[in-house]
Amino acid sequence: MIGAVLIGLAGGVLAGMLGVGGGVLFVPGLVAFLSLSQHQAEATSLLAIIPVALVGTYRQDRYGNVNRGDALMLGVLSLAGAAGGVALANALTGRVLRDAFAAFLVVVAARLVLRVRAGSQARPIDRSSSMH
Amino acid sequence: MNAQARAERSPGRAFKLALIGTAAGAFSGLFGVGGGTVIVPLLVLWLGYDERTATGTSLGAIVFIAAFAAGTQGLYGNVKVLDGVLIGIPAIAGVTLGTRLQQRVSGPAISLLFAVVLLASAVDLVLR
Repeated sequence: MIGAVLIGLAGGVLAGMLGVGGGVLFVPGLVAFLSLSQHQAEATSLLAIIPVALVGTYRQDRYGNVNRGDALMLGVLSLAGAAGGVALANALTGRVLRDAFAAFLVVVAARLVLRVRAGSQARPIDRSSSMH
Repeated sequence: MNAQARAERSPGRAFKLALIGTAAGAFSGLFGVGGGTVIVPLLVLWLGYDERTATGTSLGAIVFIAAFAAGTQGLYGNVKVLDGVLIGIPAIAGVTLGTRLQQRVSGPAISLLFAVVLLASAVDLVLR
């Protein structure tokens, strides 16, 4: 139980700082510490992501960092892809899905390193006019 | 109308949002993540978002994506509701802390630390 709480805290910090739902930590955490299967871990991670993303959105919106129209568009337009992704995951064996997820983690890690190497490329674009 | 406003209205922009949303949904459903990994860089590259607005907008989209993907996974009987709650509730405290930190630190060290944790997780999964 403490393991679950720690997984949640760590994943939440990642979500707030890097803009992802924390799933990249939830899934391996659920597999390693709570002994869930890869399929169960992925499905449960999705459930845990919902409150994280909700609160994260609220906070970011207060800092003026949410383009609401685009967020809604992206959400609605993602539904077909999400259904397809879930169907594909459930068509794969746990072994294959686990290895594919591991490869995905390596890509995410590589991207983080590349972003750091690119330095402070974060281009400050004034989008305040398009917000709210 | 400035270039920014023109870009906001172009049909190509809606098409890009549809592509990003579909790709993010597929990744979310397949891997049990929110899809921010896909959304954030594509908003920056294709739509000229800055990193922070991409991050915030991505979180907003993830609310919908994760809810739908979790519901679909529920139909397959894969969702462990109690575990999801045990993780999701403390994660709210985490995201509050993380969002505050993001306003103050540039975060290269944090990014590298997470990269190491992710690589270790990948090795752990493959060795199982």
